[in-house]
Amino acid sequence: MLPPLPDGRVRPAVLAPAAVLSSAATAVDPLDPDVVALAADLLATQRSEPGCVGLAAPQLGVPWRVVSLDVTGHPKARTGHGPMVLANPVVVAATRWERGREGCLSVPDLTGDVKRATRLVLRAVVPGTGEQVEISTDAFEARALQHEVDHLDGMLFLDKVAGAHALHARQVYL
Amino acid sequence: MTSGRVQLVVTVIGRDRPGIIADTTRLLAGLGANLEDSTMSILRGHFAMVLVAAADVTATEAEAALAPLSADGSLQVSVREVPAEAPATPLGATYLVSVHGADRPGIVSAVTAVVAEAGGNVTDLSTRLSGELYVLLAEVDLPAAVDPEQLDRDLVATGLELGVEVSMRVLDPDVL
Repeated sequence: MLPPLPDGRVRPAVLAPAAVLSSAATAVDPLDPDVVALAADLLATQRSEPGCVGLAAPQLGVPWRVVSLDVTGHPKARTGHGPMVLANPVVVAATRWERGREGCLSVPDLTGDVKRATRLVLRAVVPGTGEQVEISTDAFEARALQHEVDHLDGMLFLDKVAGAHALHARQVYL
Repeated sequence: MTSGRVQLVVTVIGRDRPGIIADTTRLLAGLGANLEDSTMSILRGHFAMVLVAAADVTATEAEAALAPLSADGSLQVSVREVPAEAPATPLGATYLVSVHGADRPGIVSAVTAVVAEAGGNVTDLSTRLSGELYVLLAEVDLPAAVDPEQLDRDLVATGLELGVEVSMRVLDPDVL
């Protein structure tokens, strides 16, 4: 799920409130060179941010359905597919819902408790190759993928927190 | 419970420091007061506590006993006697209204006005200001007669006027 990519550019993350984070993104042609370049920028930007496991194109200000993800080495991850970039991802099955705490590069100071499926099947297309993939995953990779797909639908974790007291100040570890 | 038992509402507000809860509850325990419901939080650096306690003393006596808390001027403490209320029973289903967007005055009043007009009862609410971003989360009990889809539409319309995102969804209780 990691095609040959050009060198990506680290781009500034868009922060909430920004209209692009609350609007549905549009489907892309996975073979479009601009889409491939965007995928490379997503991965480069994600890797430049400590603790960031995934990024969606709207977070770079681009309303396209492209995400990057890599949960390798994360303590909450069980199954992991390594670094990936995906175009037009669609959740086809989501089961075994559990509450967990998550943050977002676009909402830097807050975290929230959000119920997510811990078993997930997702279909997508690999930018650059056009390969159709189906990803079956669980635990933290499943959570991260749902968070990124939500971005493509104009949803933030703020729209899904579990209750009036499910929002927290992000802990700063010095 | 003795016949002289009353319900007291104690509020403590002021600059946060370690030990406020320990000090307050030690003085209340010394009065024989029994803590019932309470909520305590830090709001932009200010410690804020509201609690309900059953006690055999008057509000004036309790306030005098808590006076050491406010001696250095960093905390404001008040005690009021309230009539006993039966615990609220939910009217119907509970919904969570989530609002986020650019901060501006009037978001909470506009959103809660729509909820109130529909007959919804806000049972819990918290807000956060984080940079430019304002977030409001409100748990709302809706009587069975209220159409949640209509309320959702009204809230979304209000959100459009305010320039903020508003969504509403049912809160499932996860009874295990």
